[in-house]
Amino acid sequence: MTDSAMTAPRAGTRSTRSDHLWLVGCALVALLALAPILGLVFFAARGSGTLWPHLIANVLPAAARTTALLLLGVGILVTAIGIGAAWLVTAYRFPGRRILEWALLLPLSVPSYVMAYAYLDVVHPIGPLQTGLRNLLGITDPRGLPFPDIRSLGGAIFLLGLILYPYVYLPVRALFVMQSASMLEASRTLGADRFRTFRTVALPLARPAVAVGVSLALMEALNDIGASEFLGVRTLTVAIYTTWVTRSSIEGAAQIALVMLAIVFALVLIERLGRRGMNYSGPRGNKPAMAQPLSGLSGLVATLLCAAPILLGFVVPASYLVVSAWRRIQLGGIPADLWVWTGNSLLFAAVAALITVGVGLFLASAGRMSRRKSLHGLIRLSGIGYAIPGTVLAVGLLVPIAGLDNWIADAIKGIWGRSPGLILMSSGAALILAYCLRFLAISIGGIEAGFTRISPSIDMAAHALGAGTGRLLGGIHVPLLSPAIAAAGLLVFVDCMKELPATLLLRPFNFETLATYVYGEAARGTYEDGAIAALVIVVIGMLPVALLARAGTRAEKRTIVG
Amino acid sequence: MPSLARLAQSAAAAAVLLTSALPALADGEVNVYTTREPGLIQPLLDSFTKETGIKANVIFVKEGLAERVATEGANSPADLLSVVDYGNLIELVDRGLTQPVKTEALEAAIPANLRDADGQWYALSMRARVIYASKDRVKDETLTYEDLADPRFKGKVCIRSGQHPYNTSLIAAMIEKDGADATKTWLTDVKGNLARKAGGGDRDVARDILANLCDVGIANSYYVGLMRSGKGGPEQQEWGNAIRVILPTFKDKAGTHVNVSGAAVAKNAPNKENAVKLLEFLASQEAQEIYAKANFEYPVRAGVAADPIIAELGTLTVDPTPLTAIANDRKQASELVDVVGFDD
Repeated sequence: MTDSAMTAPRAGTRSTRSDHLWLVGCALVALLALAPILGLVFFAARGSGTLWPHLIANVLPAAARTTALLLLGVGILVTAIGIGAAWLVTAYRFPGRRILEWALLLPLSVPSYVMAYAYLDVVHPIGPLQTGLRNLLGITDPRGLPFPDIRSLGGAIFLLGLILYPYVYLPVRALFVMQSASMLEASRTLGADRFRTFRTVALPLARPAVAVGVSLALMEALNDIGASEFLGVRTLTVAIYTTWVTRSSIEGAAQIALVMLAIVFALVLIERLGRRGMNYSGPRGNKPAMAQPLSGLSGLVATLLCAAPILLGFVVPASYLVVSAWRRIQLGGIPADLWVWTGNSLLFAAVAALITVGVGLFLASAGRMSRRKSLHGLIRLSGIGYAIPGTVLAVGLLVPIAGLDNWIADAIKGIWGRSPGLILMSSGAALILAYCLRFLAISIGGIEAGFTRISPSIDMAAHALGAGTGRLLGGIHVPLLSPAIAAAGLLVFVDCMKELPATLLLRPFNFETLATYVYGEAARGTYEDGAIAALVIVVIGMLPVALLARAGTRAEKRTIVG
Repeated sequence: MPSLARLAQSAAAAAVLLTSALPALADGEVNVYTTREPGLIQPLLDSFTKETGIKANVIFVKEGLAERVATEGANSPADLLSVVDYGNLIELVDRGLTQPVKTEALEAAIPANLRDADGQWYALSMRARVIYASKDRVKDETLTYEDLADPRFKGKVCIRSGQHPYNTSLIAAMIEKDGADATKTWLTDVKGNLARKAGGGDRDVARDILANLCDVGIANSYYVGLMRSGKGGPEQQEWGNAIRVILPTFKDKAGTHVNVSGAAVAKNAPNKENAVKLLEFLASQEAQEIYAKANFEYPVRAGVAADPIIAELGTLTVDPTPLTAIANDRKQASELVDVVGFDD
């Protein structure tokens, strides 16, 4: 491995002016990203009285332990499924591979709270699974089967792992596809078998993608409140929530959230330091590795291994939603406003995804072009919104947003004599901002991982041929990055569609999205009314997967032909 | 395709919403921030609009209603704040987010113990914290809350998280009655009796009783109506029919613990008059009947009957301890739940 800083020529060494522009842009984004954190600091600074001795004695040790176990479990599960499936579909050919390759992304479309509701229903002692098994075995007592309760830490790990592994699978698969054949073939020429090649060449090269994917999945798990609370798993995020809601202490909640944030940031930094100075780009112009055909039993095993996470993470909850929605439609038809909610969800998720990907591309490019240390710090800071629970981010954002909103309202009142009200809040702009800040890390991480696959020597060649920064970016980087950009956009879009706590807190009047409707119905127990909207979330979440599949297949064909 | 047209229409409407601010100050409007689910509050607002011609704009907020109103400050469009749980009502007042309102109609409709003395908030409906018991496996006709700590219920009790406001409210009332030490012992013993980890929702108590996972549990009264009426589908109806509902008391037999939903006029309400009109409407005969029928809550207005499913549970005697007194014990209740590791 070479030190990339030594070999990569940076635009910054030529043009300090564009370097300044990058710096100013990154500083602005970072400042915006810090706004909700400042809001939390504002709350935290008001003090929480005697809360901490109680928390330390009775709450935090257990919550920290539970959280650590949850993260460990989810981490192992998403890594195993994500990398395993990615390797199988790229290194081998087996029955159903072409479909499975893309279907493996489907669990992304299932919100964690829907997953929890669905599974509790399906595996409950009087649910269809256990009832069916008992009938089969002739057992009458509902307690007759020693089935583990899904309302447990193990249950939460299982459910979250199944819907979060695509965060690992997506970047790692993209990386395996792009990995040039020559490296893998060199390894095999030297006598390594497929598994050894995987272990000693493919896997180490995939480390940036694995790191990005796993850290995204773990932050989702860490910040999850819907599933954890429902399943009775007392994580730190649940402790924050309880402190806020039950103890009416937003101050204490903000304090715990800030401490948690500091720990998350430290962990992310440690991982990045571990990767510093590594160069993961491969040789240029190589054909992708050819997949090895698997036949007979081993082919069947590969098919089953890839089908299992799809079955458990998607088919089970989706079928549950279809059945529930069908019952509701038979009873009372489709809710008249379903299209309005769908329109709201689509519009807000699409706008937020576009902005988030645009900003992410800007930040990742800045990181590529400039060697300023401070700039890289700013980029890391910009992704901070992903490291705090959505509900905490939203409440933190309230302070600066409402402050700015009041300032604007008063200024306009001063000029025209009539207050326009709170424009940012009532227009939905605050909500879009919350989505962007919350999910910016996904877009930065995905695009940065894409950049690591573009060799610095390409930049060098382009500069040597006289291309400026703009041409290098627009003519070379963006086309090469388009799969990574599309993937990042997909993740952000789907995440915005599923987002609940910030939407509930920051939305304008009379504004319903699919997610808020599902929550509103589930909260009063009319699950079946919510099922239709939940099904629409899942179905819409599938569409970008299909688009990505088509784009991905085309791109792969192009690479192979060219 | 008409559906596509509607989709485009809604997208266009949302786009307008995005780019232009909606000044919520126009005459003939009232802006409601609520933690009550839209399915419940919307029928009430629809009848209000039908009756008065005043348009009701609504935001259903889960947590952070108080934070949103507080940070929005002087320009906040909120007129009426509608929340569940007396603790939340009192918190709104403590944080200076409400303003006093007194009208004859309100004072005549709502009993004095169910409203703030200065008119800062008014309760609009009540729900009792009751015991669900297995029809087959529990023979007791009456039970006290304290009985759930009895060793004969070992491994037979189901309940949602002890930190849920419905439970901390009950625990706070017990602190007020029996003292903190006795309550701590009670919590420890109930924890020892649990059939499964504290968690899920109130309805899960009924479902788990049907599944023979447990025999008794604590839950809210209106869920019985939601389940038995079939509003939640045929499965929930089965859950509801598996249980017998006992209206428990504390061991002093004074009455059943109730909590309330209620509303307050926001301090900076731009449409204060309309907010008062809406509040009066919510206390009216017509709206109180909707509360009773749509969500199976106990009406606060004298002379309005509870839904038959709820009336069938027996005569509700409300525990007379003032809610404002219980409110002071909420923090300690929440801490006790942590100390005994109730949810672990």
